[in-house]
Amino acid sequence: MTNRTHKKKSLSVGMKLRENLVIACIYIILILTGIFVIYPVAWIVLGSMNPGNTLFSSAFIPDNLTLNHYKALIEETDYLLWYKNTLFIATMNMIISTFLIVTSAYAFSRFRFPGRRKGLMAMLILQMFPGFMGMIAIYILLLQLNLLDNHWGLILVYAGGSIPFGAWLVKGYFDGLPRSLEEAAKIDGASNTTIFFKVMMPLSIPILTFIAVNNFIGPWMDFIFARLVLRSNENKTLAIGLFEMVTGRGNTEFTQFAAGAVLVAIPITILFLFLQKYIIEGLKAGANKG
Amino acid sequence: MSPHINTTAGKATGLKRAVMSAVLSALFMGIGQIFNRQFIKGILYAVLEIFVIAVWSKPIAHGLWGLYTLGEQPQVRGARGKITEQGDHSIFLMIEGVIILIVVFILLLIYIRNIIDAYKTGKMIDQGGQPKSFVESLQNAWEKGYAYILLTPAFIFTLFLTILPLAFGILIAFTNYASPVLPPLKLVDWVGFQTFVNLFKLEIWSNTFYGVLWWTVIWSILATVTTFFVGLFYAVIINHKRIRFKKLWRTVFILPWAIPQFISILIFRNIFNGQFGPINQYLKLFGLEAIPWFSDPTWAKIALVTVNIWFGFPFWMALMSGVLTSIDKDMYEAAEVDGANAWQKFRKISFPLVMFATAPLLIMGFAGNFNNFNMIYLFTQGGPTNIAYSYAGSTDILISWIYKLTLEQNQYNMASVVSILIFVIVSIFSVYNFRRTKAFKEEDMIQ
Repeated sequence: MTNRTHKKKSLSVGMKLRENLVIACIYIILILTGIFVIYPVAWIVLGSMNPGNTLFSSAFIPDNLTLNHYKALIEETDYLLWYKNTLFIATMNMIISTFLIVTSAYAFSRFRFPGRRKGLMAMLILQMFPGFMGMIAIYILLLQLNLLDNHWGLILVYAGGSIPFGAWLVKGYFDGLPRSLEEAAKIDGASNTTIFFKVMMPLSIPILTFIAVNNFIGPWMDFIFARLVLRSNENKTLAIGLFEMVTGRGNTEFTQFAAGAVLVAIPITILFLFLQKYIIEGLKAGANKG
Repeated sequence: MSPHINTTAGKATGLKRAVMSAVLSALFMGIGQIFNRQFIKGILYAVLEIFVIAVWSKPIAHGLWGLYTLGEQPQVRGARGKITEQGDHSIFLMIEGVIILIVVFILLLIYIRNIIDAYKTGKMIDQGGQPKSFVESLQNAWEKGYAYILLTPAFIFTLFLTILPLAFGILIAFTNYASPVLPPLKLVDWVGFQTFVNLFKLEIWSNTFYGVLWWTVIWSILATVTTFFVGLFYAVIINHKRIRFKKLWRTVFILPWAIPQFISILIFRNIFNGQFGPINQYLKLFGLEAIPWFSDPTWAKIALVTVNIWFGFPFWMALMSGVLTSIDKDMYEAAEVDGANAWQKFRKISFPLVMFATAPLLIMGFAGNFNNFNMIYLFTQGGPTNIAYSYAGSTDILISWIYKLTLEQNQYNMASVVSILIFVIVSIFSVYNFRRTKAFKEEDMIQ
């Protein structure tokens, strides 16, 4: 008996040592990964404050830092204008898309009407086509409507494209909400519109946040449609402007690009980190609901 | 006229007025409603039909003609390219034709609606009821049709910005709309399945297609699997009970996901720059040879997958951390009592539970990488060039090939054919995924 406990104790000392080793390894891995994760970020931030203006002249840790590139970016390029454009498009897209998505999701979730199942099926199928398959048609359509090189044209394209995925997602969420509250409100004589704003909305804040943020961030990232619709320099969004800075003239404006990238990344990253809980939940719901 | 109606009505006893008004409304919209003494509604319907016949019949006929022929008069140019005869623009005709088809479809729906409405009101009168007044009808529509009213804005958006362009995109696949057959100079023609046949039979196309498809599949699998397991790895080690500052690690590691992707891709483009990028600078510092990241196909692919891990693992890590922290601690304790070691605990408890929670996302992730245009196009632009391919580079996936075919090479019909094939592939995954989700099963139970 005593022999056995003794054996167990010595074993656990060995295990303890092994575990400490494992922990040490984990910390080393975590720190190394941390370096890999932060390196590109640090590189671009330092690059943006590097006195030179090209990629090859910038040492990782420069001798002295300067904010000149930020100044030049704002004074010499249309950067501020692009920023304003992107902000405008993103905000409008967020408002319009959320409205369209929520109204259709509410209809699909809470009403039974002829054509409902067909509509749901159609949206599911529409989601699967590559987004820019309709590019040529959209181009010609906007040309005919005189909306080419116009922010509203781009907003319409984004809003239209966001419906199928978003409506399915929000519908799934609405389906999960208990109906008893609505029924009580109905008995009290509340109209459908009142029920929606007074009962459903407060319960759906997480998913509405996700949809709104998603549609706000989308235009900051999109490259394809922005390039298709917007032509003139003063109408560009940030994604196109920055892309052309790095690809256009052989990296000679690298530091300016770096400054521009930092100014875009900061607000979006902060927004994301604040709302990450909603975003992860939303994506999870998206996969489970179709 | 009336004897005929009498016989029909005779069969359906007691529905004389219903049948009569339905037939009247079928002859001309609104007459049945007027017959049922619903004057305002009837006049509105009638005015709509008169308007369509008077104003829209010509555009409708022209639209259908255009869709059928795609134009008959080519552009004629005189000396020094001066346009002497404008000619038909096949693509504009085609889009107009599709719009007209949609309008005709909507008008047909209204027309059918008008007949059903007349029948129902007639039936109500037959059964001794009173026809609704116009205001009552409106109220009725507001209540019963509330769902349709809610859906109308989204429907219009989807119809014109998604369905119409897609219908057009699919139709393009059956034409010869590709450089050099470009309007307005030349007329486009319907060619049936010729472009599909070319893709598989003509070597210049089939070589590219199979090559690009192969890399697309490899890329999707590699990109999904690597990020999944790397994410799992970090979720598990951070979750280790003796690791401190868990929140700090997670926040740091989530950064790559939080930074706008197009920016970080462009940053990496510079980091991997063959001549001046820091990676090759460091290699030189250690006396090693510079790696041709963007000019060698294999290295370009390795760079793509590596950079993609950087982007992709935080999402899985965040997701799996959530799953891991929600696992009941008692399970592990029970396993420890049974003498399970760390690996066994992971194999038998953590891994199955994580898989169960994330499997649907894995499939979605695969489908997403299949069409991950931004990653490929912004990082390598499909390059390096591959002389064996038509209009595609070595790292091009199908979607970026389509982009090049469309916007750079004007090979619209081929791009459209490949899009249809992508749709088929992606839909197989999505349908499989969707069918086994809870949402689908619940949806089945409702109706």
